[in-house]
Amino acid sequence: MKHFVIHQSCHSLELERGIFLLGEGSQRHSIHLPSIMCMCSLHNGEGAQKLQEGQWHVTAEGSQPFGFVQEEQIEEDEKTLKAYKEGSLQKQQEMNGHTVVPHSYDYDLIVIGGGSGGLAAAKEAAKYEKKVMVLDFVTPTPLGNSWGLGGTCVNVGCIPKKLMHQAALLGQALQDSRKFGWQFPEEVKHNWMTMTESVQNYVGSLNWGYRVALREKKVTYENAYGEFVGPHTVKATNKRGVEKLYTAERFLIATGERPRYLGIPGDKEYCISSDDLFSLPYCPGKTLVVGASYVALECAGFLAGVGLDVTVMVRSILLRGFDQDMANKIGEYMEEHGINFIREFVPIKVEQIKEGTPGILKVTSKSTKGNEIIEGEYNTVLLAIGRDACTRKIGLDKVGVIINEKTGKIPVNDKEQTNVPYIYAIGDILQDKLELTPVAIQAGRLLVRRLYAGATTKCDYVNVPTTVFTPLEYGACGYTEEAAVEKFGEENIEVYHSHFWPLEWTVPSRDNNKCYAKIICNIQDSERVIGFHVLGPNAGEVTQGFAAAMKCGITKEQLDNTIGIHPVCAEIFTTLTVTKRSGENTLLSGC
Amino acid sequence: MATLWRRRERLLGVSGRLCRTVRALSGKNEYDLLVIGGGSGGLACAKEAAQFGRKVAVLDYVEPSPQGTKWGLGGTCVNVGCIPKKLMHQAALLGSALKDAQHYGWNIAQPVHHTWSVMAQAVQNYVKSLNWGHRVQLQDKKVKYFNMKGSFSDPHTIRGLTKGGKETIVTAENIVIATGGRPKYPTHIAGALAYGITSDDLFWLKESPGKTLVVGASYVSLECAGFLTGIGLDTTVMMRSIPLRGFDQQMASLVTEHMECYGTKFLKRCFPTKVEKLESNKLQVTWKNTDLGTEETDCFDTVMWAVGRAPDVKTLNLDAVGVKTNSETGKIIVDASEATSVPHIYAIGDITEGRPELTPTAIAAGKLLARRLFGQSSELMDYDNVPTTVFTPLEYGCVGLSEEAAVQCYGSDNIEVYHAYYKPLEFTVAERDATQCYIKMVCLREREQRILGLHFIGPNAGEVIQGFALGIKCGATYPQLMKTVGIHPTCAEEITKLHITKRSGLDATVTGC
Repeated sequence: MKHFVIHQSCHSLELERGIFLLGEGSQRHSIHLPSIMCMCSLHNGEGAQKLQEGQWHVTAEGSQPFGFVQEEQIEEDEKTLKAYKEGSLQKQQEMNGHTVVPHSYDYDLIVIGGGSGGLAAAKEAAKYEKKVMVLDFVTPTPLGNSWGLGGTCVNVGCIPKKLMHQAALLGQALQDSRKFGWQFPEEVKHNWMTMTESVQNYVGSLNWGYRVALREKKVTYENAYGEFVGPHTVKATNKRGVEKLYTAERFLIATGERPRYLGIPGDKEYCISSDDLFSLPYCPGKTLVVGASYVALECAGFLAGVGLDVTVMVRSILLRGFDQDMANKIGEYMEEHGINFIREFVPIKVEQIKEGTPGILKVTSKSTKGNEIIEGEYNTVLLAIGRDACTRKIGLDKVGVIINEKTGKIPVNDKEQTNVPYIYAIGDILQDKLELTPVAIQAGRLLVRRLYAGATTKCDYVNVPTTVFTPLEYGACGYTEEAAVEKFGEENIEVYHSHFWPLEWTVPSRDNNKCYAKIICNIQDSERVIGFHVLGPNAGEVTQGFAAAMKCGITKEQLDNTIGIHPVCAEIFTTLTVTKRSGENTLLSGC
Repeated sequence: MATLWRRRERLLGVSGRLCRTVRALSGKNEYDLLVIGGGSGGLACAKEAAQFGRKVAVLDYVEPSPQGTKWGLGGTCVNVGCIPKKLMHQAALLGSALKDAQHYGWNIAQPVHHTWSVMAQAVQNYVKSLNWGHRVQLQDKKVKYFNMKGSFSDPHTIRGLTKGGKETIVTAENIVIATGGRPKYPTHIAGALAYGITSDDLFWLKESPGKTLVVGASYVSLECAGFLTGIGLDTTVMMRSIPLRGFDQQMASLVTEHMECYGTKFLKRCFPTKVEKLESNKLQVTWKNTDLGTEETDCFDTVMWAVGRAPDVKTLNLDAVGVKTNSETGKIIVDASEATSVPHIYAIGDITEGRPELTPTAIAAGKLLARRLFGQSSELMDYDNVPTTVFTPLEYGCVGLSEEAAVQCYGSDNIEVYHAYYKPLEFTVAERDATQCYIKMVCLREREQRILGLHFIGPNAGEVIQGFALGIKCGATYPQLMKTVGIHPTCAEEITKLHITKRSGLDATVTGC
């Protein structure tokens, strides 16, 4: 016998429009109630009382459906369910034949993935009074860590990363401050737990804020794993294994990416990723960071900045895809500031020598150039070798959405539409697009405005600025020097550059001639600025405005005509005179 | 001895006259360009002219302040302005960083103290290194440097006087006046001159100024009061009317509001009437409170006047050559090419009438002038949309029109103001209050929505504003700005997300990510 528990907030009208399918699974009967919010519980009825308010709740037990709501309302809802069951077959046929009329969907839009992009799109759609649902579910890391609503940026990306970077910068500030007249006892220790708790408290408040924002905007949120099971239909599975089916006219995939593992003995057992680091309940101690992505360098940077012994193991180049001139300068700076680099080696085995928080791990690595094997002992091994799109386990094959088999990324047209017209995708899972929070947000909002508000503006992926929060921050917008040379030819670009010394660094007399500014101009187009690169403090703050200016198509001449703000780092860009071609010295002298 | 000196002077005088005679006879001047005033503008102009292979000289002389402070080559910015100011501002920011650091896991044992002399020494050493750098640069560029006070004796001739009274006559084809300004003292307040200091002295104090009264509401006043508060001194600002006159007044209020939260005391609508020195060496200041109509008094260790700056023209003997000045401000009247009423005499920087008193504008004006004079350029200096930043504890950066000015120029129906109250990410963990972190963008209301002004209060305001200033100079519109993708997480990205108009009356607080 099957029990169907319908929660009290059921609307019978919606029920009547629904269809009802009973799958023949061995243990887990899938009951398809697409036109209502329904939940198919597979705990033989016992989960009924635990269900959240406002949800349809259907329990499958035995072979005959039996509807009731919170015990006392059983009868009334039994009728409803019957009515709804009767309509089911017909509806099912409609659905398979793609002839379903739009009003019969549960939602106008279902967003799979509650990260920056997904949430922005969902909230925007709700503005146009669309019925929107967000499915978000965090699959725990191999070490069991998971987090709340908001996606990578908020939980395990930009936010905790920049806060820990700030902790490291404050470490530098402590040293500087003595030179500026501040006096305090010599020994200053950093407490990992204090930092992590503060950071996690803030992240927790953001998770909560997102929940509230969705509720306020009347977006339905389910903490459940969404996967396509058929046309216009997703199955949502919560962490207790309760499954529900929902239909929508349109879908937006915004599931993002998760850190990649090496696939070597011991990696998932003993290594952590950035998904674990920011909430690590103990100080990581001596750390090996594997990889040379911006994630790797940023994490290595702040770990060293809070006083830890850090080694970065690099397979080939630093910051692939970024301007290599800048990338190498970042590497040099990090090395000068006490971070060890092991180049052209890859780990082949990680073993635990001693358990603990942290324990001791032995890492065996092999040269990429020969057979040389090295070993090292670390307290923590952080893998930051790349990220994989979460697209392979969301039933895309069921609905025919094409993914790049190699990368798992989804190709979309310039309207963020996949090959299946009613399914869209944004954010980190897109093929050949930028993996950045603000890009995902922008793409999501603009998509929704096109879908529901008659707008035509498409997301412009050109001249998107970004910043790498390494100890010496790196801000960039537009072409790298390599890409510009390749596209326009070396003779057609002019590179202006200069070192600079932030005024604030003069008094502590540190890091002279480390900060660096570079712009790349297209000679054949009135020396239009096509690339902007800066290494220095507050690089993000500096770069943002120039990115806006690049959107307006600024030329070198206009840059020269802009008056500087004195004394700030950004003013260096108004006085660039030395071209790289000239080979002249850019090292600093005087004001 | 005295006789000897007089004789030398006479001799020099003769040689000077001789020199002039030589010029008169040959019609040739000694220098192609002579710059009076070795500040930011003057030095830039001189060095640029030298690049064209011209014969250039610079006269620089620092008249000691009434309290006897003096400094080296480089002008206000380097010695008693931007540079020491921003470094002391940095010292104050680091004080806040020490507090923040504890939230970020750094165990700093209390108490934390600040020692003025350590900071001042470090700042002064850096300034001296810049003085030296300027000397070296002039030498490298073959610009002749005279440490002398210059005054006109005829339109092509300058009489230079050293500290020791030694006179030198210099003649030049073109002369640029770039002598800048100096802090004003109030004229009718007893004890003001005798006991008060100005920003010309503050940065060179060897010992802490202690409990300080800063009089004035200029940016100099607020910046100095800000960093004094930041390094832990009991600091009071006395202002008669509005803060930051000429700046957007909503922003100005937020700046002072933040300073009050930060611990700076304000005596608003008050003006001092006298300063007396007590036996304890404390300065007793008496003032009128115009709100209450009462007379109040308190004691301070230091009284600093920041009531404005005046051009340094008195000693130039401008009347002798007919260079016209504004009778009210004393500033030199110039045309778009920086020429004074005497065609071959130019003026740049703080001494010129109606121009922004900013180092980078003086530098740019000086360079462009040199290029027009010797480099066959015709490019004029564009004084529109000059960005600037006030380094108060919470910094304020702006470019373009204030809201008031935009309303005045275009009418309130024709402008749209976008604004946002935001919270810098770094403030969250540090549990810092961000009530005054605010951004305002003033646009035309018509379809294109060209940006007229941008105002930003928050950390690193200068770094944030610089790039946007470039965009605004190039005619950036609101839609263009909205197409710019933000950099996450920064404060500057909030500018690209501005969407609440003042007109709508909606809450402008940024929520979420």
